[in-house]
Amino acid sequence: MIPTPIYQFISIDAPALLTAVAASVACGLLGSFLVLRRVSLMGDAISHAVLPGLVLAFLLTGTRAPLPMFLGAAAAAGLSVFLIELVRRLGRMESGAAMGVVFSVFFALGVLLIERAAARQVDLDPDCVLNGMLETIFWLPPQRWEELLTWSALADLPRQLWVAGGMAALTCLFIAAFFKELRLSSFDPGLSSALGFRAGALNAALMAFVAAATVASFEAVGSILVIAMLICPAATARLLTDRLSMHVALSGIIAALSAAAGYLLAAFGPRLLGSEHAVSAPGMIAVVCGASLAIAVLAAPRHGVIARLLRRADLAATIAREDALGWLYRRHEAGESAVTQQALRAALGHARPARRGLRSAIAQGEIAPLADDRLALTDRGRERAAQLIRAHRLWESYLVDQAGLRPDHVHDTATLLEHARDPRGPRLMPDGTGRLVDPHDQPIPPDLAATGIQRP
Amino acid sequence: MTSPAAAILGDTSSLAAEVWRVLTLRAGINTTTVLIGTTLLGIAGGVAGSFALLRKRALMSDALSHATLPGVALAFILAVVLGFEGRSLPWLLTGAALSGVLGVLTVHAIKRGTRLPEDAAIGAVLSVFFGAGIVLLSVIQTMQTGSQGGLKSFIYGQTAALQFADAALLGAIALLVIIGAVALLKELALICFDDSFARVGGWPVDLLDAVIMAGVVLVTVAGLHAVGLILVIAMLIVPAAAARLWTDRLRSMLLIAGVIGGVSGYLGSAVSAVLPRSPAGAVIVLTAGAIFLLSLIAAPRRGALAEAARRWRIAVSVTRDHLLRDLLERGPDRAHSRRTILRDLGNHPIIARLVLSSALRRGLVVRDNDALRLTQRGLIEARRLERNHQLWELYLITHADVAASHVDWSADAVEHVLSAELVRELERELARAGVDPPREHAA
Repeated sequence: MIPTPIYQFISIDAPALLTAVAASVACGLLGSFLVLRRVSLMGDAISHAVLPGLVLAFLLTGTRAPLPMFLGAAAAAGLSVFLIELVRRLGRMESGAAMGVVFSVFFALGVLLIERAAARQVDLDPDCVLNGMLETIFWLPPQRWEELLTWSALADLPRQLWVAGGMAALTCLFIAAFFKELRLSSFDPGLSSALGFRAGALNAALMAFVAAATVASFEAVGSILVIAMLICPAATARLLTDRLSMHVALSGIIAALSAAAGYLLAAFGPRLLGSEHAVSAPGMIAVVCGASLAIAVLAAPRHGVIARLLRRADLAATIAREDALGWLYRRHEAGESAVTQQALRAALGHARPARRGLRSAIAQGEIAPLADDRLALTDRGRERAAQLIRAHRLWESYLVDQAGLRPDHVHDTATLLEHARDPRGPRLMPDGTGRLVDPHDQPIPPDLAATGIQRP
Repeated sequence: MTSPAAAILGDTSSLAAEVWRVLTLRAGINTTTVLIGTTLLGIAGGVAGSFALLRKRALMSDALSHATLPGVALAFILAVVLGFEGRSLPWLLTGAALSGVLGVLTVHAIKRGTRLPEDAAIGAVLSVFFGAGIVLLSVIQTMQTGSQGGLKSFIYGQTAALQFADAALLGAIALLVIIGAVALLKELALICFDDSFARVGGWPVDLLDAVIMAGVVLVTVAGLHAVGLILVIAMLIVPAAAARLWTDRLRSMLLIAGVIGGVSGYLGSAVSAVLPRSPAGAVIVLTAGAIFLLSLIAAPRRGALAEAARRWRIAVSVTRDHLLRDLLERGPDRAHSRRTILRDLGNHPIIARLVLSSALRRGLVVRDNDALRLTQRGLIEARRLERNHQLWELYLITHADVAASHVDWSADAVEHVLSAELVRELERELARAGVDPPREHAA
């Protein structure tokens, strides 16, 4: 015998949970291509536009049988995609406006039809379209462990689970079979067409899959979740990776995890807080999706906001360190081999990057603190500073000779350019062959590491 | 029966008479207020939406309106927790405006701070905020104090339940938007057409963008209760998009969008007041949608009919050129069998006939029973076409490297569209290359 709490979970929560996961995976996988192609909002438009199709199918057949509903929704989705394209081309409008016009009018038609249907004592709740009906999904399996996984028990699994699971499997197949073509046409539709893969046909197939996934997921999870799942996991994955295969896979995984976490939070979270009622599971799943996107926006390793801020701070500190070296080098040229800390700090400013830069110069043994609270360049520091000054004075020469600027106008520009580096390391500077002095008649330090220097 | 309209309509159509009564503002103070409120809202939506459309922010209103839901729900919860009436409309709308603006700011932050494109940012914000709103609504449902009652109406709208004070409020907001747009027309026009110029000229572009967004927020918030958060998007986008089809001038676009929005609001809420079970939001949006469809078909330059007519004119003129060249090649001095000529044109017989009659009308061809002959004018025209064709061919042969970007226009297609300037340029180009251009035929 299965203990009652576990039986309850298997019977009520597990089917709904699995349905939500399957629907989310289908949408998440497809969404990665929508986000890459910058047509994310097509999912939004389609999921609003299927409403009149659902209602009409219901009114015509008088039942909630899945097949007519599916066909009605699919017809509305196809028509809306067609109309959006028509309005965009014929009216020469940006696609956002075309989508907005078509889906909102379709949705209005759906709302009106629902109200008219209600006049005929037909009960059709528009909330189902937004929220889905996860709570109506349940499974009544046998009460014994060993009978749980028999065919007859599994055949009783709720239909919504089969539909969503089937859709997820079909989506996986589609993406696996056409991955190469999808990749090519997502990144370079022109090349794809030139090579003989019809980018237009593939795009239509993708839209058809989005529409099918939307419609298949509807009944169970509702349209909010469909939109969230088409966009958020794919957007999250976009921040985590630069490889398409990884992007698609991550998007599917994030979708599955968010769905599971969101469902469990909605079903059991309130109980932990002492409330007896569950909250809306699709809404909670959307919120979890949003939370994972927010985390990625902040903390993604390369594209996250924090990583970018750190990189920027590092760069600022590096530039400040180089400025310190350059300043000390010029004092040295002027015959002052050591300066007070205060003088250097006054020259560099007191901002955080300046302090960090000076600390790191001392830590790397480029600047040595002397006994009497003064600072001096070490041999190593002088070597590096010489290269920096060389870059500065060569850039000044270049700006005067090649760009035709006046000598008194080039210092500030050269101060920016002297820090320029090739991404792989060496400092960028113009060819200095045969030059001994810059436009201000100051000596250009010789090229100490002749191998490490490249021309711009 | 003093009213002329009722006399005309009589008793045959009490519904039409009823609609007429509503339309002429004689259906009681409440209905009339709702009618005026939604009309003003429609005008404001058209005006604010036009600016948003021109700034390519049409779908920002999508994110904005979905993002209002958690604000409404939180405002309600807060009110219940603090122990005062949660359903006061201004209080709920304040919450809606705050969370809507937060949603828009989030879209901006994601767009600026990450590599994600704007459409993904909009989609993510609208679905997550809306999901959060749904979660909060389900929390409210379980709260002991209040059922969520009227809150669902923010999703689908509930114009019928609009009280006098509510309708007056949304009318006032709409009026504010219209006045703001009129007052700042010059500045807003500038950033709609050339924002970099505006920036260089020292205008506060970001501030003006914020003004446009504020207008959109006000319309959204005012429309929330009346038409619902999903359909209020339509009030911002549809009239503006329809107006864009009719004109290329900002002032006329604003005027047309305002009129379309106003008429939709006016007719929509009147029909909805009379017809039972027809939610005003949906009827208003469908009215606007019908006007949009009409515009898409009939607009003078961007409409489907205009486009079809343009293509038709080009097809006829190209086929007429073919006819002339055909007659020239067969021998300009002789008459030719009409039937053979028309058959050899290769187009549909009806088109061939129409083309022939257009050539006859222009005096390019004369018809003598079943025989066709070029007139003097037709001969000149045919020779001009032939020469253009030869020029282009020669140009392609001698200058294929120069003409790389033009080479895919085959000479056949191009001969119809060579302008006089381009012909002169071709002649110069060929002369420079030392190639004699084809002899020009004396008129």
